[in-house]
Amino acid sequence: MVPKARMPGASSHVIKYESVIHEFDPYFNYRVTQFLTKNGIYDFWNWFDDRTWYPLGRVIGGTVYPGLTLTAGTLWWILNSLNIPLSVETVCVFTAPIFSAFASWATYLLTKEVKGAGAGLTAAILLAMVPSYISRSVAGSYDNEAVAIFALIFTFYLYIKVCSWGGYTFIINLIPMHVLLCIVTGRYSSRLYIAYAPLVVLGTLLASLVPVVGFNAVMTSEHFASFLVFIIIHVVALVYYIKGILSPKMFKVAVALVVSVGLAVCCAMVAVLIALVASSPTKGWSGRSLSLLDPTYASKYIPIIASVSEHQPPTWPSYFMDINVLAFLVPAGIIACFSPLSDASSFVVLYIVTSVYFSGVMVRLMLVLAPAACILSGIALSQAFDVFTRSIKFQLPHLSDHSQAGEGSSENVVPNDSVKADKTEDTSKERTSKRSKKKEKEPVEKPLSKSQIKKRLSVLPLETSVIAIILLVLLGAFYVVHSVWAAAEAYSAPSIVLTSHSHDGLHVFDDFREAYAWLSHNTEVDDKVASWWDYGYQTTAMANRTVIVDNNTWNNTHIATVGTAMSSPEKAAWEIFQSLDVKYVLVVFGGLVGYPSDDINKFLWMVRIGGGVFPHIKEPDYLRDGQYRIDSMATPTMLNCLMYKLSYYRFVETDGKAFDRVRRTEIGKKHFKLTHFEEVFTTHHWMVRIYKLKPPKNRIRGKTKKSKSKTSSKTASKRKGLKRNPF
Amino acid sequence: MKRGIMRSNLFPLLFAFAFLFSPVFSASDLILAKVDRRIDLTSQIVRITTSLKVENTGSDVVSEILLSFPENQAKHLAYLKATLGEGKGKAKTSSGVGLPVKAVQPNDVPPGLTIYSVSLPKGLGKGHSLTLDVLAVFTHILQPFPEKINQGDIQLLLFQESAQYLSPYAVKAQSLTLKLPEARIESYSKLENAKLQGSELKYGPYENIPPFSYLPIVIHYENNLPFAVAKELVREIEISHWGNVQITEHYEIIHAGAQSKGEFSRLDYQTRPYLRGASAFRRLVAKLPPRAHSVYYRDEIGNISTSSLWGDSRKTELEIEPRYPMFGGWKTAFTIGYGLPLQDFLFGLDGKRFLNISFGAPIYELVIDTIFVKVVLPEGSKDISVSVPFPVKEWQERKISHLDIVGRPVVVLEKNNVVPEHNEHFQVYYKFNSLSMLTEPFMLISGFFFLFVACIVYSRADISISKSSASYLAKLQWDEVQATTQLIHGIISRCLTAHDKLETSLHDLSRTGDVQACKATRKSVDSSLKDLSKELKQPLSFLQSCPQAAQILPKVEELFTKERELQEKLVLKHTTVVDGYEKKLGGREIENRIASYQQKITALRREVDDLLDLIDEI
Repeated sequence: MVPKARMPGASSHVIKYESVIHEFDPYFNYRVTQFLTKNGIYDFWNWFDDRTWYPLGRVIGGTVYPGLTLTAGTLWWILNSLNIPLSVETVCVFTAPIFSAFASWATYLLTKEVKGAGAGLTAAILLAMVPSYISRSVAGSYDNEAVAIFALIFTFYLYIKVCSWGGYTFIINLIPMHVLLCIVTGRYSSRLYIAYAPLVVLGTLLASLVPVVGFNAVMTSEHFASFLVFIIIHVVALVYYIKGILSPKMFKVAVALVVSVGLAVCCAMVAVLIALVASSPTKGWSGRSLSLLDPTYASKYIPIIASVSEHQPPTWPSYFMDINVLAFLVPAGIIACFSPLSDASSFVVLYIVTSVYFSGVMVRLMLVLAPAACILSGIALSQAFDVFTRSIKFQLPHLSDHSQAGEGSSENVVPNDSVKADKTEDTSKERTSKRSKKKEKEPVEKPLSKSQIKKRLSVLPLETSVIAIILLVLLGAFYVVHSVWAAAEAYSAPSIVLTSHSHDGLHVFDDFREAYAWLSHNTEVDDKVASWWDYGYQTTAMANRTVIVDNNTWNNTHIATVGTAMSSPEKAAWEIFQSLDVKYVLVVFGGLVGYPSDDINKFLWMVRIGGGVFPHIKEPDYLRDGQYRIDSMATPTMLNCLMYKLSYYRFVETDGKAFDRVRRTEIGKKHFKLTHFEEVFTTHHWMVRIYKLKPPKNRIRGKTKKSKSKTSSKTASKRKGLKRNPF
Repeated sequence: MKRGIMRSNLFPLLFAFAFLFSPVFSASDLILAKVDRRIDLTSQIVRITTSLKVENTGSDVVSEILLSFPENQAKHLAYLKATLGEGKGKAKTSSGVGLPVKAVQPNDVPPGLTIYSVSLPKGLGKGHSLTLDVLAVFTHILQPFPEKINQGDIQLLLFQESAQYLSPYAVKAQSLTLKLPEARIESYSKLENAKLQGSELKYGPYENIPPFSYLPIVIHYENNLPFAVAKELVREIEISHWGNVQITEHYEIIHAGAQSKGEFSRLDYQTRPYLRGASAFRRLVAKLPPRAHSVYYRDEIGNISTSSLWGDSRKTELEIEPRYPMFGGWKTAFTIGYGLPLQDFLFGLDGKRFLNISFGAPIYELVIDTIFVKVVLPEGSKDISVSVPFPVKEWQERKISHLDIVGRPVVVLEKNNVVPEHNEHFQVYYKFNSLSMLTEPFMLISGFFFLFVACIVYSRADISISKSSASYLAKLQWDEVQATTQLIHGIISRCLTAHDKLETSLHDLSRTGDVQACKATRKSVDSSLKDLSKELKQPLSFLQSCPQAAQILPKVEELFTKERELQEKLVLKHTTVVDGYEKKLGGREIENRIASYQQKITALRREVDDLLDLIDEI
């Protein structure tokens, strides 16, 4: 009876480019998956990766959330054991679309629990197209989010269905909040207890089995809420139990006793806890989570977090871009959830409220908002259609008499006459579909029952309802058009291959892969490549070369060292790189073709991060009157730093004027030579430039004895200062 | 310095010359009356075409002719083919079938020479003569000099040969022509009868030369043609009897010319590509068979967008550009794949099938150091045999591909030092039953069939663990109770509908005053109500008898009585109103009379509605 039709994986996207992994992080996940499929699960847990964070290395097995990798690895393993030899890459590319299809299905289930099948289907359709989620679930976007959103929605669904499974930080805090809300509003029931208590116990146990979480599951403050609520729910359960076995009078006495003793114990416990938490430097919260609670935290204290564009607060246009008309439907959905308020609908309301707050903190968390917005908009739309179609039905009496079949084509109300007839047969399925059936039955009996008089009051005029339906359909159409456009134009670009349309057709900019291919074939296997951390994952995955820093950003000092090198003059930079055993330096330069996210635009962050650890790098030195510029007004420090030189080396010879198309200005210093670096490769559109460090002996050969001794003393000081700042 | 290197290269040759003047090789009475040699130096592959006019001056019939190559050439020899010429002397590689050639080691030749023996189809009698055309192809024999160059430098090559034909036989007359590329010639050995005409360099003619004469010459010239060498090529040919031959070629390419010193400036390369990057190559052209389809060109990190494809009825040409221009010593790796129609390459013969396809790579002027040709036959092929026109290493493997059970037999052929001359057709013979083509589709169909069957069985079957357990029975009963409750619910709803009908009839009455119609309605409603109450009896008695229904029963019974009451009141009201109309009482009076009923009816109606909702909740 329940409409079984669910959305096919509508998020699966048109492969406009090719089957390729996107962006930065997915490359790391891809590389991890490759390792997993090649070496097996035990080697994976013990994997120490020496190709990154040189010379520190990184313990991948203990620092990576293995869910995504294990999922894709299992998929690959199943396919291969069925003798379907797909490559790991193919499996990785298509993991995200597959899971977005599942997410759509989970949304249907969740919303169905809240407001019935009609709302469920609407929400699933909306989720299948919501641009925010499409941006993370296109083929090739092989990242945790793709699978996590499915896991999130499905966990919520299971939780609402009274049975659950451990999720992570957001889930582990949202669910306790809901439980608390239920207790406070007097909605405690044994079902709530059954849903929550095993969740905490099992969830914590399972989570601590994952190396990266480990004892954090009980140590960090992120999990505090869940344990607190765990205690509370037990107390409440005990109270209810005692209430049941004692007479009211005895109960009052018992309450007085317990409350006085309990208060004392609680106070002591809280005092101990506060003392413990306060003694840790970050108050027990990790940086990323702290920046969630206090949006200004990151920009104040952690430049690495603030430097990522995804961690910036979103703007209004980005809301419109990402969830479009859903933003207007959500309030209506919240109202619909309050009439009547059930356990499930209160949960959804809580979900939307928290996710709206979090999405306001970070663009990235817009993704958490998207499913909530879809669920509530689905409810709103479905309820609106319900009201309007019912009004129309009342106005057209010949319809309301017997034939309900033609009613509500935009909704999926099951023809009801037959339901009654074969009621006796489908008793076994009764339980699941009962709620929805009840909903559908109401309109049928309405003309008969007295409550119908009440309903008749809420009936809208015929013309208004028709117009409203048309408007709603138009709204939906607008949403579809926008989503399709966003999916095709804005979000399906893999960012590793760029395209531009010009009068003579499509032009492809494949410079990144050109550079990585060159590195992988024409340098030694053990050469170290230094670049800003954005390109670390790609370099290790595509070029298979050791990098100094990568997107994992676990060691701020190391990143600051690279930032310092990039913002130092050539010689100092050479010394830093030499001390790190670097052989090649890779910079991304967009000035020739106008590619805006290049290293010059990111440069201020390198200065800030570098300056945060090595105080001799000062941000004001690179700014003229507080302005960041690279033209003739730029400061000498700026014009002499390594990043400037590597980016603009011989740039003037391309057009004679050295006009930078990203900054839309002529550069400040046009003619200069490199003394410690040599250009070894530049891609077709100059987007990636690779330089090689000149070997030290060449430098010494032409110099006098005096300078030789100077250099050697420098090298000595730098060797000792590798870990600490040499300057 | 330059000279020093040359000398060191020549040293083993000079060593060999110590033996030349001793009268060693006298076993033969053959004389080479005329030798014409043409050496093609225009590409990285050196092709020496020699036309020999052989005369037998002895008395014995000779059935084999020996060809000799110095050691430095022999180790680069990739291909050797001897054909019987028409006697025109200058005829190039004629299309005739090659004569069998094998390496021999006669004990009386000087060391440092490699001897190949050509077997003649029929012996050469006394006084007879014949013309033999020999094509020898060498790879890696051109030495870049200097070995390391900058981006802007041109690539210069060294080539060493003997101006006189090195042969175990005496030569009467001979000449040598070297074809050089249209570019600068740095230097060449200026012997007395050397002549340079345009890009052709001629030595000779020399006459009456004793066996094993050697007159070294060295040519140092510019050649910027691509030195594309495939270190390894794995060529996989997969046959599908559904109509496709899929070819996948994995290349590992290196530019084997003069090494680049390291610095590469894109600026120089872009502004003056033919000056500041002359030795680099940016594209390769592959000639694919006609009707090749689904061509792709990628490497391990994805598609490479710089390629173009065009074709006509005789060939398909694929032009590919590596991701970056290839300078000396630079490497790259990529994969080309394409599909070919099966009927062009697979033929049947005496119940056997055979694949007839070319051996080497489709790329022009490509030297392949090691090639692996893997022919993947369909699963279930038997009696596999291979025929290749030249010696190769051969073994068999198994490959498990889509939905295979035992795997497909793979014939692997390995060969070193392959040149375009090796692009000859080879044959793989095997037996294959067409019916086994249907295995995989059948497997798929049955797989899905059983999946659906399992689903059907699962949804139909009752998989409770214990059929007699108390809870299971209770559940069954509870379901039944629920169904009955629903039934009652429905009946009561219908009663209510009947009540509504009565009300409407009253309405109509007040409007039209048609008493008869009202009475008729009343009658029909009465009868239907009677029926309904009869209908109610059976489920009600069931509920009463059922222990599970204890919870619901009071409510249901309450509902039942309330409904009865409501019914009575309504009927009363109806009678009153109808009576009133019949007595032609005023509307107000009727209203007064029914007012008390009306109140009760409203109250009852509300109660019944509430009860209905309650029952529905349960």
